[in-house]
Amino acid sequence: MSRIAHDDASAVVIVGSGAGGGTLAHELTRRGIPVVLLEAGKRQSLATFTQVPGAAFAQLTWLDPRTQSGTWTVVEDYPTLPSWTCKTVGGTTVHWTGATPRLRSWEIKPRTTYGDVSGTSLIDWPIAYHELMTYYREAERRMVSTRRNGVPGLPASNNFKVMYAGAKAVGYKRVHTGYMAINSRPADDRAFCIQQGFCVQGCKTGAKWSTLYTEIPRAEATGHLDLRIESMATRIEHGSNGRVTGVVYRDRDGQEQRQRARIVCVACNAVETPRLLLLSESGKYPRGLANASDQVGRNYVHHVSGFIWGLFDKPVDFWRGTTLAGIVEDEIVNRPARGFVGGYHLELAALDLPTFPQVGLPYGWGRSFASIIDDYRNIAGMFINGEDLPRAGNRITLDPRVKDADGLPVAHIHVDPHPNDSAMRRHAQRQGTRMYDAVGAKRVVLSRQTPATHNMGTARMSANPADGVANAYGQTHDIPNLFISDGSQFPSAGSANPTLTIVALTLRQAGYIERQMSAGEI
Amino acid sequence: MDGEDPTARREFLKTTGLLTGVLAAGTPLALIAPSRAWALDLQVLTSTEGRTLLMVSRTICPHDKLEDAAYAVVVRSVDESAAHDPRMLSLLRAGLRRLGSDFASADEDERVRRLRAVERTAFFRTLRTDTLGTLYTTPMAYAYFGYQGEAFSKGGYLFRGFNDLKWLPDVPLADSGPMPGQGGA
Repeated sequence: MSRIAHDDASAVVIVGSGAGGGTLAHELTRRGIPVVLLEAGKRQSLATFTQVPGAAFAQLTWLDPRTQSGTWTVVEDYPTLPSWTCKTVGGTTVHWTGATPRLRSWEIKPRTTYGDVSGTSLIDWPIAYHELMTYYREAERRMVSTRRNGVPGLPASNNFKVMYAGAKAVGYKRVHTGYMAINSRPADDRAFCIQQGFCVQGCKTGAKWSTLYTEIPRAEATGHLDLRIESMATRIEHGSNGRVTGVVYRDRDGQEQRQRARIVCVACNAVETPRLLLLSESGKYPRGLANASDQVGRNYVHHVSGFIWGLFDKPVDFWRGTTLAGIVEDEIVNRPARGFVGGYHLELAALDLPTFPQVGLPYGWGRSFASIIDDYRNIAGMFINGEDLPRAGNRITLDPRVKDADGLPVAHIHVDPHPNDSAMRRHAQRQGTRMYDAVGAKRVVLSRQTPATHNMGTARMSANPADGVANAYGQTHDIPNLFISDGSQFPSAGSANPTLTIVALTLRQAGYIERQMSAGEI
Repeated sequence: MDGEDPTARREFLKTTGLLTGVLAAGTPLALIAPSRAWALDLQVLTSTEGRTLLMVSRTICPHDKLEDAAYAVVVRSVDESAAHDPRMLSLLRAGLRRLGSDFASADEDERVRRLRAVERTAFFRTLRTDTLGTLYTTPMAYAYFGYQGEAFSKGGYLFRGFNDLKWLPDVPLADSGPMPGQGGA
């Protein structure tokens, strides 16, 4: 690992070490480009991951305060946790469940496919699908996705057997154990999955891809990476020519540091990325960086989500096995006759006992509520993951009242779901209920919207600079040496879990940055 | 001090409470616990307050055959936060007063009725959150609900029942995948 001087202006500074930032750090350093990687959290390892669910949550989760408003039910159900992402080296790839579905060709043209849907701010992605597909294939090889490139699927668990039987009974055709970046056999110097069911707590075998133990150590091995943990970026600075010149951050001792930079790439997940851009307001950029369009923080999308639990009179023991290894693909279509545009995945899901009552169930208490938990052994579960539509008013702003430990305004999340989201949720809940009923469920329990684990759209790519924040490479329209390198750059959510697309866009962005540097443009 | 009633002095020194109970014979916990008798020394709450909180917790998440000792863990957690947070303690005391000193001995319908009346208060929300966040974390709860917890230390569930469900057909290989080491590996 190299040490880059604070006043060395030749390095690329990447803020955040998750799917975007961690992968970008590897891609740039392997090309010989020096990188300072700032990560707000601590560094864990397979050995330090805990198997106590509450302790794992505390160890990995971004728990800095956030506030929220709007008509989404998360305000009421999870007042202090609107978004559930990580603060640790590897970012949210430490707790993700490993699903790597692709966006469909029509999903990256939502404005064209869905038309002018009132109350939305839909735009098409400024990128051709065949080009995205090139990078999908590369990302799938790198992450060793199952069912791609000849990699076998994961074996079906008890929970999936129930999902599968139900799906087939209602006529679904495309149902399988998913495209998962979880080893079904040893690969990539990582072990195979032993079906622990502790994906979200940090995978102790490393079977699940995470930048923590793939991209980041490989970047370190190049000798060009300076990883600084417990380093919280608070401001991006710029020079009189408008280009960014460095990043101010708090180190682990609470001391303010200033790292000069040739290029800055922001990859803090779609809540903190716009927050950092907004916190960096200046006389020249009074609305924050890269915000001439006033689009920074807007168009926040998070997926229509929610659990569907089937209660049976026989054991399922659904906690045994890879948490999310199962999908129904049949509803990933745009068929407005269903009463909404866009599609959704149904994905296998299970929760450990301590987490189940807190996150898995709709609000309740008393006999009816507790009786669900009495049936814990007899539950099968799945999760809705559907496209929610972008709206200009669904946005991240700086809270004018609440400050973090450094005295900086915290992120405020405002969400008013579009009626399309609600219609999609009802459809998915109805279909999931039909599936479990078809295999003899005695009761089906539906959760409401869960805290957002997929955050997207708040610094989006756009063909027209007036519609977004960045171009098709994540390079901001306003500042050529400032890049968006995470899911914030998605113009829309689609129905796919975002990590594969983040990695694909990052692989593409890295080549672009190298070419721009070689050409002397940045 | 001269002339002080020794009983009053004891009450002055020891104003906080003790929760006690006995585990039912033959329950999973009784089989592993060193003693069937249990006791929880409270830091700031009185015995009556502790007993009331235990019944609040049991009314929020009633599992009839789950031991009082499991709910006492919730009381311990609430007592612990109140010991470090005077605002929490006064929130609790005000809420407990509204429930009435006979709450713990009231029948379930009555307890539910009284909790409904305070359901929108910070007092109730705190206790609901604490019950949901604490009750299901203990070995007692794992045993009661049949949850096996982590399996990394035992080699995962790969050979310990992840696919042992027999009441539905197995999934065809094309939609599933081979066991590691068999086919495709």
